[in-house]
This record gives sequence, C-alpha cells and structure tokens, in this order.
Amino acid sequence: MEFLIETILSGLMAGVMYSLVALGFVLIFKASGIFNFAQGVMCLFAALTFAGIMEKTGLPWPIAFVMTIGVMVFVAWAVERFVLRHLVNQEPIILFMVTIGLAYVLEGVGDILWGSDVKVLDIGLPSGASDYMLDNFNIYVEKLEVFAALIAAVLVGFLAIFFQKTRIGRALRAVADDHQAALSVGISLQTIWVIVWSVAGFVALVAGTLWGAKSGVQFSLSLIALKALPVLILGGFTSIPGAIVGGLIIGVGEKLAEIYVGPFVGGAIENWFAYMLALAFLLVRPQGLFGERIIERV
Amino acid sequence: MLYREAGQYKTSYQSDQAIFPIAQDRWVVWAFVAFAFLVVPFFVNDYWTNAVLLPLLIYGLAALGLNILVGYCGQISLGTGGFMAVGAYASYKLMTSFPEMNMIIVVLLSGGITAAVGSLFGLPSLRIKGFYLAVATLAAQFFLVWVFNKFGWFYNYSMTGQITAPDREVFGFLLTGPSALPWVKYLFCLTLLAVFALIAKNLVRGRLGRNWMAIRDMDIAAELIGVRPLLTKLSAFAVSSFYIGMAGSLLFSVYLGAVEVGEVFGINVSFLVLFMVIIGGLGSIVGSFLGAAFLVLLPIFLKNFMVDGLGMLPTMAKHVEILLMGLLIIFFLIVEPHGLARLWQITKEKLRMWPFPY
Amino acid sequence: MSAFVEPARMAGHSGMAKGEVLLRVDNVSLSFGGVKAITNISFDIVKGEVRAIIGPNGAGKTSMLNVINGFYHPQEGTIAWRGKVRRKMKPYEAASNGIARTFQNVALFKGMTTLDNIMTGRGLKMKKNFLWQCLHWGPALTEENEHRRKVEEIIDFLEIQAIRKTPVGRLPYGLQKRVELARALAMEPELLLLDEPMAGMNLEEKEDMSRFILDVNQQFGTTIALIEHDMGVVMDLSDRVVVLDYGRKIADGPPDEVQASQDVIDAYLGVPHEH
Ligand SMILES: Nc1ncnc2c1ncn2[C@@H]1O[C@H](COP(=O)(O)OP(=O)(O)OP(=O)(O)O)[C@@H](O)[C@H]1O
Ligand SMILES: [Mg+2]
Repeated sequence: MEFLIETILSGLMAGVMYSLVALGFVLIFKASGIFNFAQGVMCLFAALTFAGIMEKTGLPWPIAFVMTIGVMVFVAWAVERFVLRHLVNQEPIILFMVTIGLAYVLEGVGDILWGSDVKVLDIGLPSGASDYMLDNFNIYVEKLEVFAALIAAVLVGFLAIFFQKTRIGRALRAVADDHQAALSVGISLQTIWVIVWSVAGFVALVAGTLWGAKSGVQFSLSLIALKALPVLILGGFTSIPGAIVGGLIIGVGEKLAEIYVGPFVGGAIENWFAYMLALAFLLVRPQGLFGERIIERV
Repeated sequence: MLYREAGQYKTSYQSDQAIFPIAQDRWVVWAFVAFAFLVVPFFVNDYWTNAVLLPLLIYGLAALGLNILVGYCGQISLGTGGFMAVGAYASYKLMTSFPEMNMIIVVLLSGGITAAVGSLFGLPSLRIKGFYLAVATLAAQFFLVWVFNKFGWFYNYSMTGQITAPDREVFGFLLTGPSALPWVKYLFCLTLLAVFALIAKNLVRGRLGRNWMAIRDMDIAAELIGVRPLLTKLSAFAVSSFYIGMAGSLLFSVYLGAVEVGEVFGINVSFLVLFMVIIGGLGSIVGSFLGAAFLVLLPIFLKNFMVDGLGMLPTMAKHVEILLMGLLIIFFLIVEPHGLARLWQITKEKLRMWPFPY
Repeated sequence: MSAFVEPARMAGHSGMAKGEVLLRVDNVSLSFGGVKAITNISFDIVKGEVRAIIGPNGAGKTSMLNVINGFYHPQEGTIAWRGKVRRKMKPYEAASNGIARTFQNVALFKGMTTLDNIMTGRGLKMKKNFLWQCLHWGPALTEENEHRRKVEEIIDFLEIQAIRKTPVGRLPYGLQKRVELARALAMEPELLLLDEPMAGMNLEEKEDMSRFILDVNQQFGTTIALIEHDMGVVMDLSDRVVVLDYGRKIADGPPDEVQASQDVIDAYLGVPHEH
C-alpha cells in the first residue's frame, strides 16, 4: 500500500513538471494560435543561462535569476521583432515549423554561450527525503519534489490572477478570442505577443530550474520536455486547468505503467507510454479533456 | 536555343499533362538523368558516395515519401525516424533469414512492411487532425524505437544490440558490406530513386493524388464530393511509409552498414526529413530533392568552412551549425514559405520572359 | 454548345421519370446542443424540378442541405431517396448515390488548379486501380483522358476556359463560385444542391449563373435544390418553393403563391412571433 502511494506521489510530482512545460505551450497557443515547439528548448535555454550566469560571474542566485528573466524577455522581444512580425497571417503549419527552427537557434546559442557539458544548478533548494512523511506515514517523498509542486501551485495561482485581474491579462485573453478585440483594449498585438512570450519564458525558467536542480542541466532536459506534448493532448491546447490535470495524469500513469505493466513487456516503457496514452485518449475525445468540442460546418 | 513556351502547341490532353510540358525542360532533365546514370558512375569514389551522393539519394527518397503525406495529403507526421527504423530492421531480418533474396526484393518488401506499420499508425488520422495528429505520430516514433531496442529478435540477439548488414549481391555485384563498390551502391540507389520519383509523380497527377490534395485543402468538401476520408488518408500513410521504409532500408543496408536504432533513427531524423520537405517545398516532387540536397550539403559545407577554413573546434562548429540551421529554417519560412521549389519556379518564369520582362 | 452528358446515360441515375418524387424529407428535426436548427420539417423534391429553399438568416436552410447529403444526422425523422427510406449515411455515400453540392462559403480546394478541382469531382467515376495509377499509362491514361474530355466540356459550358490552369485560391469570388458549380456538375449528379450560388455577385454575374442553372436543369434533366436570398432569382428559376423560418416550415408551393402568403411576408418583415 505504501508503495502504491509512493508511486502515485512521485508520479504526481513528475506530472507537475510536465504541467509546467505544458503551461508555457498553452499560454502561447491561446494568445497567438502558435504551436510553440520551442517551449521545451526554452526550458533548457533558461536553465542553461541561469546556471551559466552563476558559474561565470559567481553572482548570488537571486540576481542571476532576475538577469535570466531579463534574457528571456529579450528572447521574447527578438522572437516577435525578427520572426513573428514577418509571419502575420501565415498558415499554422508554417508557424509551427518556425518554432522548430527557433528551437535549433536557442539550442545553438545556449551551447555556444554556455557550453554543452552537464551543469549542476545548486541554488540551495531542499533535497533528500522528507522526514515528516517518512516518520509519520512511512512514505518516501523527495523534499525537492514537494517544493516543486508548491512552486508550481504558486505559479499557476499567480498566472490566474494575472489573467483575471490585470488589464494586460484581460487583453491577452481577449486576443485569444479575437485580434480586433485586443486592439480595442488599446494594446498593440506586437506588445501582447512580447508579453505572452515573456511569460512563457518565465514559466520555462521556473520549470527548467526545478528540473535542472533535480537532474542537472543538460540537453536531455529538452527531450523530457517533449513529454509535455501528450499532456497538451490530454488537456486540450487552450486550457490551463487542462495542462495541470493532463500533466498529473501523465505523470501518474507513466509511473504506474512502468511498475505494473513494464515488467511484462521488458521495461523502459515510459519513453513512449505517455504518447500512447494520449493517442488512445484522443481516439475517444479528439478535443482533449477540457477543449471544446469542434463541430465542423460548411 | 532560348527558353520559350511559345510555338509549342499542346495537341492532346496527354501532352498537356506531361511532367515537363516545355521541351527545353525535358531536354535538360534528360541530359541530367543521362549524366547521373552514364557519367557519374565512372567517377565516383568512396568519399563522394559516402559523404554526398548516398545521403542525397536516400534522404531524397525519404523526403519524397514524407512530402506525399505532409505536402500532398496535409497530415503532419513526426514519426519518420521510427518508420525508417521499420524499413531498416525489416531488411535486416529479411537479409539474415533469406540470404539468397535479391536486394531489390529486400528493399521493396521492407517498404511494404513499413507501409503496413505506417497505415496502422495512420488510423487515428480519421479522428485526429492537425497538431493533435502530429503529437500522435510521436507515439509511433518513440514506440517503434523502443521496440527495436527492447526485443532481441529484431537484432538477432547480437551482443551490441546493433544490426550489421551482411554481404549481399544484386545481379552478381556486391551491394552491401564493407567491400561493396561505390558505383554499385550509387547506381542501385539512383535507380530506385528515379523509378519511385516517377511513380510518385504519376500518383500525384492522377486520381489518388487529387484526392489527397482535396483532403489536404478542404476535407469536408472532399468528403461531400465522394472522397472517402479514411481510405484516402490511409493510402497516403501507406504510400508515404513505403517510400520512407525503403529509405530506411537503404540507409541501413547500403549506406551505413551498421545501425544502432536510437542514434540513427531518433526523433532528430524525423525533424531533419520534415525540414527537407518544408525547405524544399510542400507538395512538390522536385522540392523534396532540392530540400534534401540543401540539408545534406549544407552541413558538409559549413563543417569544411568552419573547421578547415576558420580552424574552429569541431564541437564548437557543431553548435554553430545547429544555430545556423535554425536561422536558415526561419529565414526560409519568412522569405519563401513555399520553399525552394517555388523559388525555382519563379526563376524559370523570369527566364521565360527574359530579356523582355513585360 | 453541346450537351456534355446525355441524361439517359448518366451513370448512377435511377432512370426515374420526370415528376416522380426523388427525395422526401419526413418530420426531420435537428438540434445542436440546445439550438434547434430544424424542427419537424417535411417536404419533397420531385425529379426534374428546381426546388427553392428560402427563409431569413439562420432559418436552417444550410442545415437542411447538410442533412440531405449526410453531413448532419437528424435526431428525428426520415429521408427517402428514390422512394426508399435511407439509413444513416456518410457524405461520400450520398455523393456516390448521385447527390452533389456547392457551398455557401466557397469550399474549393485552394491549392489546386481549376482543372484539378473539377477533375476531383470525377473521382467517383474513375475506376482504374492503384497499380495502373502508379504507371499513369495504358488504361489509366485512357481513363484520365476520357474524363479530361468530360471536364473540358464542362469548362466550355461554364465559360471558364481561361482559368483552367489557375490555382483557384487566386480567382475572384464570382469565378470561384462558378468553379464550384463545375466541380459539382462533374459528378453528373441526379440531385444538385446549391447553397446561395449567387451570394456576393454583381448583376451580370447573377444573370450568367441563373442561365447556367436553368441550362443544367433543362438540358441534363438534373434536379436542383436551390437556396437563394434574391427573390427575383427565386421567382424566375424555381418551380416550387419551400419557406423556412426559425427551423420551421411556414410555406410550400409555387413561387407566386408563396410570395403572397401572409406568414412569409411576416417572416421576412421580421414580425415578432413566439416559438
Ligand atoms: N454546426 C453547428 N453547430 C451549432 N449550431 C449550428 C451549426 N450549424 C448551424 N447551426 C445553427 O443552426 C441554425 C440554422 O443555421 P443554418 O446555417 O442552417 O441557417 P441558414 O438558413 O443557412 O442561414 P443563412 O441564410 O445565414 O445561411 C442557426 O441558428 C445556426 O447557428
Ligand atoms: Mg446558410
């Protein structure tokens, strides 16, 4: 029993990470209809930059963190200025491809600036097992994972407030529905895109940092981030709650499958299980958990 | 002779629908084909075949296949690497189980097996569209690579987990294995590519091709005029996978000789081939080759330039290469989303007008 | 101009005589979630006639066509085609049964040329298998050319020779509508559904289109169901009119009769009523 709970808990924790990456996707997709394939690499890039700044300058982590936010905002600005602006009204597939190109650029720049060796990201996050859980419930939980879950919760709350309560947030939601409406709020589309990409960059930084603290900052981080894609499928591309719930489902499902199904088929099935789960799910509900049902008309 | 359409009247629907309706085009193409078949084989050496020609031909074939699916039928796939792996492992099993089998048969059968697998993974396309489908094809990518890693039967339980191509002949000439001659490999791949490029062209200008494009452009209207969506999409998946499977088979047996599935057929290959199609031009046969040529030659050129020319460290050069690749993709999509094929067409149109542009 | 198809030899045709009931809609209701698009509608379409379906915006006209060609499935009611009640069918089945269609918002294949768009309409009539298509030679080529000839006749008939090789995405709206008609005609349908074929056209284009529709009806005997807002056109073209309002049928009969009906006048003037 304890073992099952441990498995589920660690699945939930991993799921939180997926959710964070998926959140970045959703933000950008909602506001601009762009399927941002580079989101995973953005996590890597942000974490690399964060670790790199600390390593090269020896600055304390809060300052480096703020500097990295600055870098991500700059990236957002550059993406809008040099890429998106020239692709207004292009077909979705073209925009999708552009973000794959962007992923390459970010990966290349990150590697050139900071090198491609594995970096440890030590910013004093709690680590080791939680004594409290171990003593009281006899359940093993990593402190870092609990911390990550807390951070994620805070981040989601923060985003919710941002979208509901601030003027910019409302404009962002408006632009998702109707570009004209957004203009009437008095914020240019360009500004909105920069803001959205900045927020997505910030989310990427948080996700990258948590992940990097857990298993080091390295290229595989951007591959793990690919796991956010099935999460999106489950949750629907435009739903923030969907991203969260989807992430948790995938996280738990993956761990359970690895333990209860894995042994029968030779193990290591977490490489693909998430995708298969998403695929199976799609067949039943093509619009995802929270996505609206699409009725086609002519 | 100037490049002109004038004076060439089409006397039948057939000649109007010819692949190259303009006579000058036909001559150039015939000359090119003759050159490739009759001249090049006498001059190829190991370096040229291995570094340039074989990757060009094989990736050209893969890009052609993917273009059928993405460019003509509008179904995005990120599973190319996985399907190429199916082709590779199918031919490995065929080559080792039936040593006498002609390599042409091996390659075709590998294509057929891949087509079956591809159609299976194409089934969801009836219900899933666009990006959802793209993500679903990732399931194929990761699942297939896992399968070939996990089950020893696929690599004949070899210690390394690798598959290695045994020596096999085609019409008495050694085609695979370390001592195969460059020109044999080259001609084999070239012939397959030429034949299947022609078949692809025939398909896309016939009924099936029109149905594919109809589904791509407006699937609802297509269904309302009698195009069966499932059948049409599946046929695109099947044909596309057939080509991709052949490419995987050639990549393994003729080109690399030994393969470790995760390295050679990873998700990066899926992207690479997709880029070839995009940069070359969606929905263009010629574009597939232009795209493949571009992305095969560019890294070679960059590497020579940066490492040998500028004296950069190879690891650094690799990073810069990735960066430049990304920039180029973005640049291309901004400047000409329809790819090299469109640029080529525009150039030809200009040429047709020359020297009087109006 | 020559008739490109002899009506009697048109494939897939029932050989029904003029005046027999080709399609009958019985007590059909259709709703989307809470929205009732069609409520308990019955009417029939008789072989050889031009049947107009009119009504204010949102009346459910397009939905009715969608039901007829199997794109929507009504929750209640039946549809009888050539006298037989048909089961729930897919759009492509309706197509192979001889029902063709044009769309309110042009639904052409944007990336393809005019010629290819129309050729696609002949897909159902082309039978050569995959292997022959790979070769594009022999019987496949003969078939391709045969159908090309048919398509060329349609192109001549609709006077769109000049845009044969133009990608339809680049054509002006009026011509796109014409290409759409051509694509539907290429199917040699027994019943042709036209959803506002003249919307957004200028007077001259409307006249051309009216002429084409009448020619199609008279020369090839194609039965036509036509949705149109321009009452003048409806009066000129149609044999019988069915009027919908808020998903209900409010009148059915010859054009002049319908036009005089008080219900219809009220509906068009927007007289408030309870529903
Ligand atoms: N796919 C759909 N999902 C939800 N509601 C729909 C759908 N299709 C039609 N409707 C609704 O059904 C009603 C009838 O629509 P329909 O398109 O049939 O009207 P119409 O008579 O063709 O109007 P118009 O003259 O504007 O074309 C409308 O209220 C419309 O909003
Ligand atoms: Mg309508």
